[in-house]
Amino acid sequence: MIKQKLTLAVAATFVLAGAAHAQSARDYISIVGSSTVYPFSTAVAEQFGKGSSFKTPKVESTGTGGGFKLFCGGVGVQHPDISNASRAIKKSEIETCAKNGVKDIVEVNIGFDGIVVASSKKTKPMPLTIKDIWLALAKEIPDPATGKLVTNTLKTWKDVNPELPANKIEVLGPPPTSGTRDAFVELVMDVGCKEFAAIKELEKTDEKKAKAVCATVREDGAYIEAGENDNLIVNKLVANPNALGIFGFSFLEENLDKIQGEAVNGVEPDFENIASGKYPVSRPLFFYVKKAHVGVIPGIKEFIAEFTSEKAAGNEGYLAGKGLIPLPADQRKQVAADANALKTLAP
Amino acid sequence: MNKPNSATVPATSGRDIKTIVNASLPRRHAAERRFRWYGLIAISLGLAFVVLMFANIIGKGYSAFWQTYVQVPISFDAAVLDPQGNRDAKAIEGADYGALVRAGLRAVFPNVQGRGELRTLYALVSSDAPQELRRTVMANPALIGATQEVWLLASATVDTFVKGNIDRTLDETERPIKDNQVAWIDKLAAAGKVEQRFNTLLFGSGDSREPEQAGIRGALMGSFYTLLVTFLLSFPIGVATAVYLEEFAPKNRWTDLIEVNINNLAAVPSIVFGLLGLAVFINFFGLPRSAPLVGGLVLSLMTLPVIIIAGRAALTSVPPSIREAALGMGASKLQMVGHHVLPLALPGMLTGSIIGMARALGESAPLLMIGMVAFIVDVPRGFMDPATVLPVQIYLWADLPERAFVERTSAAIMVLLGFMILMNGLAIVLRKRFERRW
Repeated sequence: MIKQKLTLAVAATFVLAGAAHAQSARDYISIVGSSTVYPFSTAVAEQFGKGSSFKTPKVESTGTGGGFKLFCGGVGVQHPDISNASRAIKKSEIETCAKNGVKDIVEVNIGFDGIVVASSKKTKPMPLTIKDIWLALAKEIPDPATGKLVTNTLKTWKDVNPELPANKIEVLGPPPTSGTRDAFVELVMDVGCKEFAAIKELEKTDEKKAKAVCATVREDGAYIEAGENDNLIVNKLVANPNALGIFGFSFLEENLDKIQGEAVNGVEPDFENIASGKYPVSRPLFFYVKKAHVGVIPGIKEFIAEFTSEKAAGNEGYLAGKGLIPLPADQRKQVAADANALKTLAP
Repeated sequence: MNKPNSATVPATSGRDIKTIVNASLPRRHAAERRFRWYGLIAISLGLAFVVLMFANIIGKGYSAFWQTYVQVPISFDAAVLDPQGNRDAKAIEGADYGALVRAGLRAVFPNVQGRGELRTLYALVSSDAPQELRRTVMANPALIGATQEVWLLASATVDTFVKGNIDRTLDETERPIKDNQVAWIDKLAAAGKVEQRFNTLLFGSGDSREPEQAGIRGALMGSFYTLLVTFLLSFPIGVATAVYLEEFAPKNRWTDLIEVNINNLAAVPSIVFGLLGLAVFINFFGLPRSAPLVGGLVLSLMTLPVIIIAGRAALTSVPPSIREAALGMGASKLQMVGHHVLPLALPGMLTGSIIGMARALGESAPLLMIGMVAFIVDVPRGFMDPATVLPVQIYLWADLPERAFVERTSAAIMVLLGFMILMNGLAIVLRKRFERRW
């Protein structure tokens, strides 16, 4: 039996080794990364495939971190050419990249994604502030009387802010593995907590502790991790008019008949407000290109040109139709020029 | 010595036993009735959930099998298509077909003015319409110069609206379709220029970011190649392993260990096989990501234990008398297995394999690790082309914001369920027709 197995194993090895040679020439662009950028990247990939003589790129939805892990794996056809990201590349990731020989990376900012706090149309809109949201969702909050940190036991929005209705605090949002959650923590939780004097004091004495207090979301059922699927959150909001949901702007735009976005700090989450930067909860989206692959894998330069063209990323481009908030015009021009010149990240 | 111990057992007459039994009968009958009721409730609950699931999926998805088309008069203007007038195929292919579509729409609604309003007018038809015209003209260059009524693919928003999935009474800001678009569609519909046809694109094209152009053909072909690899690898290896372990292997601690391991492997979560596939096939052997070959290899790791266990069960069900008779007639052990035992056990093995393959068809988690959760437009044409599979396609579509993908997701689920029912049905038919009872 051992002999038989060995023969099989050897035969399999030969088959695999033979197959490996077939890969030595890849004639399509391989893209990995963020599931937030996926809907935009795929739209560009499709247009690019249709409008050029190149093959349609392959776009994998691996998440931002997973994408960089693959992207920084090395140089060569078996590694992806482009990584999408819903945040800027981290220093540690650049180092990993460099260690594996991926030295020249081109960063392209493609636009913004707004993160909205939304509720069912059946309820009255509830204008929130970033401070309210933090107070409702943080695990530990400063006691209003003493300023000492206590476990968050606030039950209703009225407890948070007397001007808000007495609805139960129930927020459906992404799990910690999600890039949307990272951005939410950075843009809302980290900002909201700074409005409390007690936390500012703590920051001076114990910065690490303050950071943890800011970012830790309560686990007693007020914040419900609803999975990565934003459509699911939308459906749950419709079923439960008292709940709030946190997700990307494009899902609000597609479901305006069922849900409404809550104003944050008095700014409504709409296209104009996010584009102008007035709406406080929006994050930049990126893609990163491995310069060493330009010229090796056909079409990378042309793909960058397509992604940064006015036709795609402009104010009236097809990506805006898919829910991407374009960059301001002058920044867009600059980004396009840098990207097409393959300007690499400073090491 | 064997006298009944009449001193301790009270002397009971027949009548007394009858009374005792009769007294307990209603209780026992009631217990039985209760048990039957529990069973019935359990089954009807299970059936209710199945019906609910099917009703939900079919209710959401059936409309995806139809697609809206609008009829627009297109003038195949020679000045646009063939400015040189020499019928050069290359020039005709590169012509601006979008201009023909736009001119056609403007001809239907000559009063539409202004850039913004024209944009909403052009948005009535799919962005694939120019490509459609290009294909028509390339196939029939004689059209150049003529004017013809052409059915163009409607955009997903229009399609959703025509199917009644957008409430027209809502305020314009709350629905994806604009007021003037509603008016134009109503006008076209009144003139009989809006039509619903069977959605051939759903089965004929690969994935797309435009819902009206998105299809499952790429995913179906990916599933086909992946399962083919899985079957070609796992069936022969599984059967050989089962036969060896059951018929040839000595019973000792080593074979016990192997058996325990195989049973354990059958219960390992599928994502683990994906990780293994990533480490071995992609990182070590350097096979390409997203290829059906790798997907098939990973899924065969997953199905192998299932096939081995089913195969061994089928072999044990063949009575020993068959083996003894064959050996008694002078057959060698290999002949005994090859001529008698294996043919009798094969239907059972096939049934087990088909059920294992059905499980592999519905698997998506391990494929995440090896890059098959991907947007792939071109339909794969081999084992090395990047591909995705049907359950992954469903997962990807379920995650997209566009409303029109909801019905397509359900439609893809219906197709997947159809294949599942087909495979499981095949397994039942095979078992019913060929399985021998001893």
